[in-house]
Amino acid sequence: MFSPSHFTAVLLFGLFASTVFGITQRETPQRMFRYGLYCFSLFVGSAIVLSWVMYLIAR
Amino acid sequence: MSSSPNKPAPVPPAQQGFVFLPLIAGWLIPGAGHFLLRKWGRGALLAVSILCMFAIGLAMQGKLYANAHDILEILGLLGDLGSGLLYVVGRAMGLGADWVQLTVADWGTRFIVVAGLLNIIAAVDAHNIRTGRKS
Repeated sequence: MFSPSHFTAVLLFGLFASTVFGITQRETPQRMFRYGLYCFSLFVGSAIVLSWVMYLIAR
Repeated sequence: MSSSPNKPAPVPPAQQGFVFLPLIAGWLIPGAGHFLLRKWGRGALLAVSILCMFAIGLAMQGKLYANAHDILEILGLLGDLGSGLLYVVGRAMGLGADWVQLTVADWGTRFIVVAGLLNIIAAVDAHNIRTGRKS
């Protein structure tokens, strides 16, 4: 059984979802890459921010 | 001698045939819609992303929805069906957990559902390329 950490799961999820979003939502390869990178950073960034928010709420 | 200005431009081979074929092929097999349209790079990246997401979901002991007893199960089943033949093969081979008992298995279930939803987005993208809405 594959048992990644929560953060690794977020990275994998963000990587695959961003790849599909980038390819399907933009026209040119350069814009696809930039949009994919943007989506990936939003996935990972929002996960980190929400994690800190939940950590601070739980204290 | 130049051709007549009223003569229609030749239709590229990728734009010929049944208009919904890339949509259906893309739904059944991830990336196949783009392969039919000779978008090899895009198709390969989409296929790898969706296949990996589905496989990782199964490896995390995620659940393949089979019943539709309540609204959440119906939504999960619809997401799973987006994977096309991957779902059919997975069910036929008895892959996926029957019950989600671990946190990781719950994440795996989400991976499988989202892989199906991403596959639908990819298939619609192939249809848009086929109809000329996207290049």
